[in-house]
Amino acid sequence: MDIYLPIAEVSLDILVLLGLGAAVGFLSGVFGVGGGFLLTPLLIFIGVPPTVAVASSANQLVGASVAGVLAHWRRGNVDFKMGYVLLVGGLAGSVLGVWIFTLLKRLGQVELTISVCYVLLLGSLGIMMMIESVRALLRMHRPGATRRRLHQHTWMHGLPLKARFRRSRLYISALLPIGIGFVIGVFSAILGIGGGFIMVPAMIYMLGMPTSVVPGTSLLQIIFVAANVTVLQAYTNHTVDAVLALVLLVGGVVGARVGSRFGTRLRGEQLRFLLALLVLAVAAKLAFDMTATPADLYSIASEKG
Amino acid sequence: MSYPLTVLARGLHPVRSPFAVLSGKLASPRLLLIVALALYGAPARADGLVADLTSHLIAITTGFTGTSVVLFGATDGPGDVVVTVRGPDREMTVRRKSRVAGIWINTREVTFASVPSFYSVASSRPIADILSPATAAFYGLGVANLKPEPATPTPVVIADAFREALERTQKQAGLFADHKGKVDFLGERLFRTTITFPSNVPTGTYLVEVFLVSDKDIVSGQTTPLVVSKVGVDAEVFAFSTRQPGVYGAIAVLTAVVAGWLASLPFRGT
Repeated sequence: MDIYLPIAEVSLDILVLLGLGAAVGFLSGVFGVGGGFLLTPLLIFIGVPPTVAVASSANQLVGASVAGVLAHWRRGNVDFKMGYVLLVGGLAGSVLGVWIFTLLKRLGQVELTISVCYVLLLGSLGIMMMIESVRALLRMHRPGATRRRLHQHTWMHGLPLKARFRRSRLYISALLPIGIGFVIGVFSAILGIGGGFIMVPAMIYMLGMPTSVVPGTSLLQIIFVAANVTVLQAYTNHTVDAVLALVLLVGGVVGARVGSRFGTRLRGEQLRFLLALLVLAVAAKLAFDMTATPADLYSIASEKG
Repeated sequence: MSYPLTVLARGLHPVRSPFAVLSGKLASPRLLLIVALALYGAPARADGLVADLTSHLIAITTGFTGTSVVLFGATDGPGDVVVTVRGPDREMTVRRKSRVAGIWINTREVTFASVPSFYSVASSRPIADILSPATAAFYGLGVANLKPEPATPTPVVIADAFREALERTQKQAGLFADHKGKVDFLGERLFRTTITFPSNVPTGTYLVEVFLVSDKDIVSGQTTPLVVSKVGVDAEVFAFSTRQPGVYGAIAVLTAVVAGWLASLPFRGT
């Protein structure tokens, strides 16, 4: 059964879209990330114009993260103060990101930039996560191994504007989460991602937040960054397909519920290892697409793409 | 409007009928005006050809997956019929990738000033059999005779390569088609053909042109408009997204928030 998407201006099978939403929702349920980094490339793959895919993914992300935050909030796993500080940086970053996106669209290099950013981001993160999770998995098998020190002082702790984040049990410079938020805001606008898969490792390894409050807090700021990106994209580029986003959300809800149930059965290290594998697979696929000789060297740029 | 107008072209080409299609830029604006006025004063009648569509509106709704419209008509003498369907002209940019440091990058682009967003031809017999190549080229019949020109001066070799790529891509997308369906004669005088449109049909005002061909020449022609438009919810969503982009964005966000909240409801109590 096909549904006509008014902004994307294509008819797509509604079952495919629901399935896609469910698959991405499942992953976000298992891993606690938004899933935008998978959704955007998949939407492009099934025929949604890249610019519409990026903007509509951001829209879908708003709904998905609201659902996620509410679930984590009920378990008391959201650090609101940290979330808002991250958000300050995130909003500024997404304004810059949408501006860059518009510029790239005019230059005709938006698709390439999206792909290159994905490969670099996913590739480096995937490798880092892979190394970390493999180490963690190996440590588990050596019971006598020494534990790492819980808290190490680095240059980051010398920054001014120190603030106390009670829920995260941290006393660090506010500049740190602002900076992380900013970088993720930029990528969020260019790539149509919430940045969960960058945010989560950054919160754990750079800020040193307790793992339990990380997904909820990350999702909290993603709501606002994604909402900002959606409005900005709608305003500047007219590329937000609300119908597409809604259909994806419906599928996503089902997927997320199944996913979160599945996720609780896996150990943290195993989860991170699987996520690393997934991230690397997407990066490899995109890298292959960029370097392999295209079937057609020519492409048509319509007003929307 | 940038459609080719039906103009008097007797002096320019050996045409017996006063009705011939001439690309707009070949005729002077004044000539076009005079002819246009003359046409409105005396509608195309008893020129050997009458044709109409079963519908003059293609409505794109939520369930739209492409559609077809039947064109039917009659001639008052023997001959062949050629039907062209032309969508509104658009500026189109074609980009070519080349390898830079191992990565394929868009390195060259050519913009064509006015390319029909949709073009299809149907005829009772292959055009090559009923018209000389020169006549077909003059009337712009067939994809190869559309010949869009680059908006900025471009070397001929490059323009040709990009034009060829444009035609090929549009054909693959189902937006350009030669011999898209056949014009069937029912008896000697009545004819009909089915014009099909894919789901990605561009919106706008189309022009359906019907030509009567006899003795390797076009002896008569008629033009009928056809509107392709989004209707209902989709049309409103689209219009709203361009008219009030900020409000549209805000509503899109609010809808997603509500959907997300609703989605989290079943989790309560578990």
